[in-house]
Amino acid sequence: MKIIVPIKQVPETSNVKMDPETGTVIRAGVETVVNPLDLYALETALRLKEQHGGTVTALSMGPPQAVKALKEAVAMGCDDAVLVSDRKFGGSDTWATSYTLAQAVKKIGDYDLIIAGERATDGDTAQVGPGIASWLDIPVATYVARIETVKDKHIVLERLVEDGYQILSLPLPCLMTVVKEIAAPRLPTLGGKIRARELTIPVFSTENMELEPAALGLKGSPTKVVKIDTPKVTRGGKVVRAGDDEAVVSAVDELMSFLEAKGIV
Amino acid sequence: MSFVWTIAEQHDGKLRDVSFELLARGRKLADKLGTKLASVLIGDKVGEQAMEELIRRGADEVYSIQDPRLANFVCESYARVLTRVIKTYQPSIILAAATSSGRTLMPYLAIKVTAGLTADCTELDIEEGTGNLLQTRPAIGGNIMATIKTPDHRPQMATVRPKSSRPLPADASRSGKIIAVPVTDDMIDGRATVVGYRKDATDFVNVEEADIVVAGGKGLKKGDNFTMIRTLADSFGGVVGASREAVDRGWIGYPHQIGLSGKTISPKLYIGVGISGSIQHLAGIKTSEIIVSVNSDPDASLHKVADFGIVGDAFQVVPEIQRRMDRRNGGAK
Ligand SMILES: Cc1cc2nc3c(=O)[nH]c(=O)nc-3n(C[C@H](O)[C@H](O)[C@H](O)COP(=O)(O)OP(=O)(O)OC[C@H]3O[C@@H](n4cnc5c(N)ncnc54)[C@H](O)[C@@H]3O)c2cc1C
Repeated sequence: MKIIVPIKQVPETSNVKMDPETGTVIRAGVETVVNPLDLYALETALRLKEQHGGTVTALSMGPPQAVKALKEAVAMGCDDAVLVSDRKFGGSDTWATSYTLAQAVKKIGDYDLIIAGERATDGDTAQVGPGIASWLDIPVATYVARIETVKDKHIVLERLVEDGYQILSLPLPCLMTVVKEIAAPRLPTLGGKIRARELTIPVFSTENMELEPAALGLKGSPTKVVKIDTPKVTRGGKVVRAGDDEAVVSAVDELMSFLEAKGIV
Repeated sequence: MSFVWTIAEQHDGKLRDVSFELLARGRKLADKLGTKLASVLIGDKVGEQAMEELIRRGADEVYSIQDPRLANFVCESYARVLTRVIKTYQPSIILAAATSSGRTLMPYLAIKVTAGLTADCTELDIEEGTGNLLQTRPAIGGNIMATIKTPDHRPQMATVRPKSSRPLPADASRSGKIIAVPVTDDMIDGRATVVGYRKDATDFVNVEEADIVVAGGKGLKKGDNFTMIRTLADSFGGVVGASREAVDRGWIGYPHQIGLSGKTISPKLYIGVGISGSIQHLAGIKTSEIIVSVNSDPDASLHKVADFGIVGDAFQVVPEIQRRMDRRNGGAK
């Protein structure tokens, strides 16, 4: 089974700054990690490989430094990795990103399964996974919490939905996005780290990919950021102390009148 | 021709509340633009009553697309159906719910129809002069609000979080048109199939669609103490949420987890008990209308973002709140 895992390098949790002019993330000087939700996708892929054989390829679109994220994926056990990087890809929204990544998948060639994280912790859209599937015109299953079986070129899995789990059967190739419930991610191994250090990671760019120039980067993105605001973090709420029994009673009194005033109770 | 569309959601033929919330959003936009509002209802044998209800809640038109093969949500077929009706009727704006199906369908569809799509919008408005849709959404764990538009592509598509808007009251005097769109074989994808549903009867909640969420964290000390949280949630008519610490300790199931690697919620009221308010947890609750925190640590971050905080021991404060709720609900003391 040939599995591709698209991963994203993101700023270390929420320690992020934005460029007010372009509305894009300032990456300089911020520590980066593999999108934490992609670790579940990597783990799922590695487990499937252990059970069914095959290879796992990590794929990332980003600046040249994103190679660090790919090396981490290799250190966890991925067989190889591909970096998709070009200045012309800069400022891509989810439409242009999923186009570029789908073209990279096509360049990699045959695959049975693409496993992505539910969403990235910075952009937070959850749109790139289904977008890639749509460009490739393959079926998609999102919020996958459990894989039941993989056989006869079909995968049966459970999606976490609003009122339970939807059980879906999809023919391969297909794409799935996974949630945390699916598996606890492993740590990189020493052997993996050594392999990662030595591995040369190929770079896909406008030089060697088949791409529609009008679909790339900021210009190729249908959506445009027009404004960025930083909302106030504190709500200026009231905090009351309830140190002893009496204070507990009066604090709860106050809470109840507050909720009453808000029309809750 | 209707220019603003909402995608209604149904389950087993019953409309979900979020369908009405979307209509309230759509009504405002359609009125501003001076155009009609339509709701698209995909399913199987959904009754006329449901369509009338959509009209009473703000729709001028309902596109009804019914077929046994569309009874359950399957992304590829729903996307084909919508691609067809979009090409035929050419709406300018499409709103869908940021639910497990909306969040799957819309990005798949956006590629097929070359549209811009903005996820999880908290505010939608029309730009003066251009008539473009202005879409505001939290990003980076709710630390920023980005306003986005799609100037050159139609339709303009957005998803909206459940509970982030209130439905309009049903207005029986409203009238509208129901348009049945015939389903042809080429609108059915057929590759992925729904095999079944599993519902954990004992422990399943939909924290995203609840008006009130009472959440517990590591401060509860052990799993059994979630009983206290459940009882309180019940008496508010709400559901139970949890921090990741509580979930990872096996005190409660993952569907309850709120935050960066769990669910994002926008309820009327969130009460956090024994939850410190880590940046990752806050990412999931920032769009709540009212935040209440109960934490013994006066410096807990959750107190800082709360509308009302009680610095105290959960095991004293929660039973006290419970007593008041029991009294109000007319139950035993
Ligand atoms: C990539 C990533 C993703 C994550 N995703 C999530 C997520 O989705 N959701 C999430 O919640 N976390 C998430 N986390 C974890 C997060 O960083 C915190 O570890 C977690 O939220 C802490 O849970 P807690 O508040 O229950 O526990 P703690 O931080 O340990 O807080 C317990 C609180 O209980 C209080 N307390 C103790 N005793 C009492 C008492 N008797 N009465 C009242 N209060 C008491 C303490 O003062 C303390 O504030 C994520 C972390 C990472 C790195």
